[in-house]
Amino acid sequence: MLALEHIDLTLQDGSDEVRILNGISLKFEPGKLYVITGPNGGGKTSIAKVISGIYQPARGRIMLDGKEITGWSITERAKQGIRYAFQNPPRFKGIDIGWYLRLAYPEITENHIRSVMAKIGLCPENYLNRVVDSTLSGGEMKRLEIASVLLGPTRVAVLDEPEAGVDLWSFEQLRDFIVHSHQRSEGRITIIISHHERFLEVADEIVVVAGGVVQERGTMEKIRPLIEEGINCRWRNICLGEEA
Amino acid sequence: MLNQIDKNLLKEIAGLHDLPQGAFNIRKNGVGLARQSVEGITITPKTDRPGIDIVVDPGVTGQSVHIPVILTDTGVHDVVYNTFEIGAGADVLIVAGCGIHNEGSEKSQHDGIHEFFIRKGARIRYVEKHYGEGGGTGERVLNPVTILHLEEGATAELEMVQIRGVSNTERKTEVHQGPHSRLIVNERLLTHEQQYAYSDIVVHLEGEQSSAEVQSRSVGQDRSVQIFKVGLIGYGPCKGHVACDSIIMGAADIRSQPELWAKSGDAELTHEASIGKLAGDQIIKLMTFGLTEEEAIRTLLEGYLK
Ligand SMILES: Nc1ncnc2c1ncn2[C@@H]1O[C@H](COP(=O)(O)OP(=O)(O)OP(=O)(O)O)[C@@H](O)[C@H]1O
Ligand SMILES: [Mg+2]
Repeated sequence: MLALEHIDLTLQDGSDEVRILNGISLKFEPGKLYVITGPNGGGKTSIAKVISGIYQPARGRIMLDGKEITGWSITERAKQGIRYAFQNPPRFKGIDIGWYLRLAYPEITENHIRSVMAKIGLCPENYLNRVVDSTLSGGEMKRLEIASVLLGPTRVAVLDEPEAGVDLWSFEQLRDFIVHSHQRSEGRITIIISHHERFLEVADEIVVVAGGVVQERGTMEKIRPLIEEGINCRWRNICLGEEA
Repeated sequence: MLNQIDKNLLKEIAGLHDLPQGAFNIRKNGVGLARQSVEGITITPKTDRPGIDIVVDPGVTGQSVHIPVILTDTGVHDVVYNTFEIGAGADVLIVAGCGIHNEGSEKSQHDGIHEFFIRKGARIRYVEKHYGEGGGTGERVLNPVTILHLEEGATAELEMVQIRGVSNTERKTEVHQGPHSRLIVNERLLTHEQQYAYSDIVVHLEGEQSSAEVQSRSVGQDRSVQIFKVGLIGYGPCKGHVACDSIIMGAADIRSQPELWAKSGDAELTHEASIGKLAGDQIIKLMTFGLTEEEAIRTLLEGYLK
């Protein structure tokens, strides 16, 4: 089990301190698939960065299977199987796709790399030797990013807007891959940050984050009215300092 | 004939595990150690000064020439003049390079002056690796001069690499291009500690429809100093592009000076240059793969300089 307990996050914006997350408490159980959704700027990516160790919270604890990991580095968390597919993955000069995926999981076989690439629609014949630089399209980069996380025995997979930039035709294939990979895993926690209905409907639990606070959590049935009402309308009031 | 130090140097600079296939000339501490000509490629020592003449007959293709130089004594200053005559329509790989192993306190220096005449329609791929090692306090210095004359339709692809170990280098490259000739230069350099590297490339795009593409990537670490000058001079209808890209680390000092000079309205010359730190998000991305920060940086540099 992965747990965030009373997480506050502040970041430096020039000389100002800004509060980004406010008392976030969330529990993620093994084998379950979670979707975090909510308006732009609500704090979803920040939660992902707190989980993966990129941001250190100002207050609160992070627990993995009963062990506190709050002070662990990004590297230590990655070695324990916490992996994060970035919303905007960086590009690399001179590193090709094969090398990139082996960096993610050095023990993985060439055959396995090829089969995963085929499943996410990056035909290995054409892509294995492509450099992970700005010549890859946005959607190609995004699919590679997801492959790098789901390739190995990841225990906690955080996927930040996996659908962004992926075309309509590839989307279903990508979604199926993510869902199947989750189902076949041994108790993996999958956390998908998304606004997409097709992810929301397969979630065991949906978490709505806005204004740096968990606003709601529950099943699709519970959350659906909120979505229909328009998450943006409702939480915009919070931003304006009004009560919803 | 080759001891372990020699073999290691040859592996580093020329990827050789033993004497190479094809034509070769191996020079050690200022004297020729082994030489072999093959059909179509003749290597003969010069009679008026140190060095060799390498003649590739017209139309010879698919062959290679290895001419590595190694220095293992301290206090040597080796100057060598090599002349390459690449016959019309030939297509060869030339692997040069110099490795210095200096265990002593005196300076070891190699100045290789290479001149190429690449005849009509001929093509070369020239790979030059520079490498230094050894625990001595003596400097390891390499000052190559490379002059190329490309006749009509000739192509030269140069790969010049120096990764670590060379205390001091001053490199001069001068290219004269005939009509429809093509030049591709890829330079890779990593300096560290107190090393100094100076590179000056001047390309004369004299012939009509000649083209040149110069790409330099470098990494400066610690207190090392790098200076890059790349000049493209267009005399008529021609195309040239220069890209100088540097990563600066530690307290390094890097100067990058691409220069374009058009002597005709038909010359199309462009350049881009950048100097910057390693990107933080790239390091973080690799750390989310389980690499430590040091491993991530090493990997990024390895990719960048590949
Ligand atoms: N380094 C930073 N310095 C200052 N403010 C930041 C920083 N990073 C994020 N923020 C702010 O924190 C808030 C939450 O950002 P976050 O990226 O977590 O939102 P998000 O929910 O992922 O949004 P989106 O749906 O647009 O991806 C935003 O208002 C953002 O501007
Ligand atoms: Mg986000």
